[in-house]
Amino acid sequence: MKKSIDLINERIRDGNARVVSAEEMPDIVQELGEEGALMEVDVVTTGTFGAMCSSGAFFNFGHADPPIRMERIWLNDVEAYAGIAAVDAYLGAASDSDTQGMEYGGAHVLEDLVAGNPVELRAISRGTDCYPRKTITTELYLEDLNHAIMCNPRNAFQRYAAATNTSDRTLHTYMGTLLPHAGNISFSGAGTLSPLANDPHMRVIGSGVPIFLCGARGMVVGEGTQASPGSGFGNLMTTGDMKEMSQDFLRAATFTGYGATLYVGVGIPLPVVDIGVVRSTAVRDEDISTPIVDYGIPRRDRPTLRTVTYADLKRGTIEIDGEEIRTSSLSSYRKAREVAEELKKWIETGQMVLSMPTRTIDAGRTVHPIRETALAPRVKEIMDKNVVSIAEDEEIRTAARNLLRGETNHLPVLNGEGKLVGIVTTYDISKAVVRPDSGPRVRDIMTRKVIKTTPDEPVDIAAQKLERHNISALPVVDDTDRLLGMLTAIDLGKLFGGRWRR
Amino acid sequence: MKLLVTFSRKGGHEPVIARTVKETGVLINVERAHIDSHAGEVLIDVPEESAEQVCRSMREAGANVKVLEDAVIRDQNECIDCGACVSVCPQDVFAFDEDWHLQLHGERCVLCGKCVVACPHNALSILE
Repeated sequence: MKKSIDLINERIRDGNARVVSAEEMPDIVQELGEEGALMEVDVVTTGTFGAMCSSGAFFNFGHADPPIRMERIWLNDVEAYAGIAAVDAYLGAASDSDTQGMEYGGAHVLEDLVAGNPVELRAISRGTDCYPRKTITTELYLEDLNHAIMCNPRNAFQRYAAATNTSDRTLHTYMGTLLPHAGNISFSGAGTLSPLANDPHMRVIGSGVPIFLCGARGMVVGEGTQASPGSGFGNLMTTGDMKEMSQDFLRAATFTGYGATLYVGVGIPLPVVDIGVVRSTAVRDEDISTPIVDYGIPRRDRPTLRTVTYADLKRGTIEIDGEEIRTSSLSSYRKAREVAEELKKWIETGQMVLSMPTRTIDAGRTVHPIRETALAPRVKEIMDKNVVSIAEDEEIRTAARNLLRGETNHLPVLNGEGKLVGIVTTYDISKAVVRPDSGPRVRDIMTRKVIKTTPDEPVDIAAQKLERHNISALPVVDDTDRLLGMLTAIDLGKLFGGRWRR
Repeated sequence: MKLLVTFSRKGGHEPVIARTVKETGVLINVERAHIDSHAGEVLIDVPEESAEQVCRSMREAGANVKVLEDAVIRDQNECIDCGACVSVCPQDVFAFDEDWHLQLHGERCVLCGKCVVACPHNALSILE
């Protein structure tokens, strides 16, 4: 059996459509069977409410007298992109304020406008024959703008990788605060209520489909930027009129140490046209899996510690290596429900009718990393391979001699097997001379917890280690802790003026 | 019950906590302490029925004692019940109820401030 979109819309207009949320659908399918659910349910509403950095709005401010061609534009000191005609701008949610930094960003300007607060527009121009004016400063309310069209390049990811951190320091990320030693796990996304998780094959979600966007009647533009539905990470480009939006479903936020972002409420009504839609909307939290990724590794391809389901994540704790680790959601499930319920009301009362995509999205598409024409320099390219080292059972006096011979301040210490077990600096030697009671051997005075690097580590990351630990040299070791070289602040100087300068 | 005890050390290094324990016989659990050469600030946990006795004894020793209730303050207008605070709190102050509303158990708070930093919506603050 199939049901046409026209029949569904007719029922909506007559006030007879059976509308349920994506949270209710799995039980209905279980009770009535797939055929039964297809007969019974006309529309399934979805919803999500979470941080979506890739959001923003196009504005048209109207012309001033004398007119100005606004070349650079600030709204409450947050710069907007002005390279689109004379009195237009695009303000990105993640843009930071020139004066307040990340505490106030584009997202906060958007929320202020929707909340009915005034926003200061400041613009400059070089002046032209047709647009003679060079500066303008004025106060604007949302209602004063000709257009304020939210257009979000990527919203409502199908799922998000969860995050943890096995390093030994607290990380502040776009996945929130990550405590050291895998002290917590943070995740995002509404699971069973998530729009794309209910239509992973993009059968009824696509260009032109009506949606709930921050309280406004919006629309799916099409596939979002960086969408990778082929690998389970689809997303959507969305649009809606800011003048219809509500602060209840649009909130600015700041992730400490990361930046400003916008919490966006998105809901998509799914027409139950065939068994395929019934099956995809029967999805439960238990069916949606996502990896837990280690943000302690500062690389693009971070290791996955475990794969879990949204049911596991929502339960509050996850076991990793025998330890129960608590989870935190960054998106609000309560608000996701509110979005789905609000959308349900719209459809039950005939305020929104549905349509099938005017253009479908390729559900098999995946994205790839950037093509880098100049590879980021690696440690092995600038490290010093002529390293003077010392054995741990040598006398301190020998260490002092080696330091002088190598004209260096850092002496890596090796054990009998040639593996790195410590480091001795000129400072350690000086200390040993002043306080001779510590012991006569290198092992008695060496630092055992060595901060080190590997030949393939990008220099940027090694440099961060030097800075963070306030040290000036890093031993370079292979997988088995065998010493290959040293990287010092002096080696970093090779990057300037050399072939890496661009 | 949690008590925030502050004292000056200018007049000598009075062992305020040890003295109180000895005097009252109440077992005091020190949850957080910051003491330098000039002053001390100690967060302690004591059985509810002994709180008054402990307060009295400490005040006699020259300390200021404040009973901590609602130590962590939530701005309901800003909070969206996301839960970013839940897993960063070492004291299990935050939890969800069945309807995904965030519940606070402020009496467990030890004023570490981790939640304040973790909250993306600037909705949390702790007692100064």
